Amino acid sequence: MARRPDQGRGSAILRHAVLALATLVFCIPFIWMLLTSFKSRPDIFNGGIDPWPRQWGIVENYSRILFDVPMPRYLLNGAIVCLGIMALQILVAAPVAYALAKLKFRAARWLLPLIVVALAIPAFLPTLPLYLAFRLTGLISSSSGAFGNYAALILPFSISAFGVFLLRQHFKSVPDELVHAARLDGMSDWSIVWRVMVPHARPAIVAFCIFSVVAHWNDLFWPLIVISDNTYATPPIGIIAFVNESVGGGDYGPLMAAATAVTLPIIAVYLLGQRFMADGMALMGK
Amino acid sequence: MSAAGLAISPAAAARDRREALTAWLFSLPALALLSVMLLLPALAVFFVAFTDWQLGNNSIHFAGTANFESVLKDPVFWTSLRNTLVYAVVVVPASMALGLGLALLVNAGPSLRGFYGAVFFLPFTASLVAMALVWQILLHPTIGPVNALLAMAGLPTHNFLHDPNLALPTLMVIGIWQLSGYAMLLNLAGLRAIPPDLYEAARMDGARGAWSRFTLVTWPQLGPTTLFVFVVSSMTALQVFETVAVLTKGQPARRTEVMLYTIYNEGFVFLRTNYAAALMIIFLVVLCGVMLLNVLTLEKRVHY
Repeated sequence: MARRPDQGRGSAILRHAVLALATLVFCIPFIWMLLTSFKSRPDIFNGGIDPWPRQWGIVENYSRILFDVPMPRYLLNGAIVCLGIMALQILVAAPVAYALAKLKFRAARWLLPLIVVALAIPAFLPTLPLYLAFRLTGLISSSSGAFGNYAALILPFSISAFGVFLLRQHFKSVPDELVHAARLDGMSDWSIVWRVMVPHARPAIVAFCIFSVVAHWNDLFWPLIVISDNTYATPPIGIIAFVNESVGGGDYGPLMAAATAVTLPIIAVYLLGQRFMADGMALMGK
Repeated sequence: MSAAGLAISPAAAARDRREALTAWLFSLPALALLSVMLLLPALAVFFVAFTDWQLGNNSIHFAGTANFESVLKDPVFWTSLRNTLVYAVVVVPASMALGLGLALLVNAGPSLRGFYGAVFFLPFTASLVAMALVWQILLHPTIGPVNALLAMAGLPTHNFLHDPNLALPTLMVIGIWQLSGYAMLLNLAGLRAIPPDLYEAARMDGARGAWSRFTLVTWPQLGPTTLFVFVVSSMTALQVFETVAVLTKGQPARRTEVMLYTIYNEGFVFLRTNYAAALMIIFLVVLCGVMLLNVLTLEKRVHY
């Protein structure tokens, strides 16, 4: 909306005043988390409303989560699981989205509705049978190693109905002439997917990747079900493990350091890709 | 793309067959994973819910509606369902209203739009498990700043997460804090999609005040966005889990027992597989009912 002449300086100041206040309220938990992770233990136990550390504990708090608690390992697990899920989702979704958007085949008539049905299935519903299947096939057991644990964390999310649907919408907007021209140049359908379609839909793909990474970095329900060995804990499970170990100890400084370590990377991912989000999301409803 | 009206030549027929084959090959991995990871498991829940089977059992028997009957007879289920609905009835409208208000304010002027948009969306991206623990410290009875502030103002302090009357409302506040940014982001996209001509036309028709611009143009134009935000927010709120699992574990006195947490405990902690399956089906029916109600009431808004 363009600025109107009747919208004076006063209303602009009022807008910033209200939004600045809202910003402060929304950000207090983040500010408190970061500054508490800098405070020493006695400083935290003094309580009060002063967010600024009087006695710094930054070295103790962060060395505790870096060396005593395997927080780096949890972050690595999170990165492996998120990137694995994201890569599989794109690898599986892009070809089928291309088939649904640009190729003629009779199965498309029921495949697309099937995708929409899958889109409506709440995430908790498949977890019970999947858990049983993973247990009974031995994929998750007390003795399953890296492969079993990572596979159990990644596989259920390898197909994203939302991803297929989103990509199909965007691939549809690629002009048919471009596809024909690529075919005349001798490109295979496989290369058309990755060298014409995917680059064309890049904003939407970036938006989807951010959503996927954010969702699975933060997911608690499924990891809580399948992880029995904390060596393979994702960041939220790692934090909970830390809470359980230091329960009653009131190690709030290191705990907030751990919370910061888990939150900062995902906020960085979001902020880096944020400019794509609006574009990708705005086209979603088309 | 088709040779409409012409007799289809053998070459064209072969090309069509090849195209269909390619399409099938491209769809096959997705179809296989969709079936194995989503559709068949979803169907299997219905199957298990009608048996007596629990993890570890060697035999399986048809149990009719016995599991459903024992769910409906369980007072914990009713407590859980009531808490879940109460939570959603507060969190969804509050976060939608706050999200819309923030979006309107952010969109009302040109400066710092991107900054504000990013800030309000932060709670939705940050790990809720980590942030729940931050809230725990903020609300801590002895070292938390919220109670320190209350004490300074001469007001009574509270043990927010352990007080039976305050635990669920406290989780609601965290839920609203987390969800409003999502409503704001989608509303911002919706506001940007409104053609400026509509505001011009409304002005010509004498709608001069901000309120009449809002009721005549903005609100009707945001209809589809509102419906979408409503559906996603309701789904998210009804499936509240993280804050309960981390902060209250359904306590005190089951005042924060919610459906997904009950399902988690029955299915994956107590391993009462058949019972959990019945719970899941009943919860699914509730979700479908709520969605149907939402869509029916909001449809009038969309097709104004």
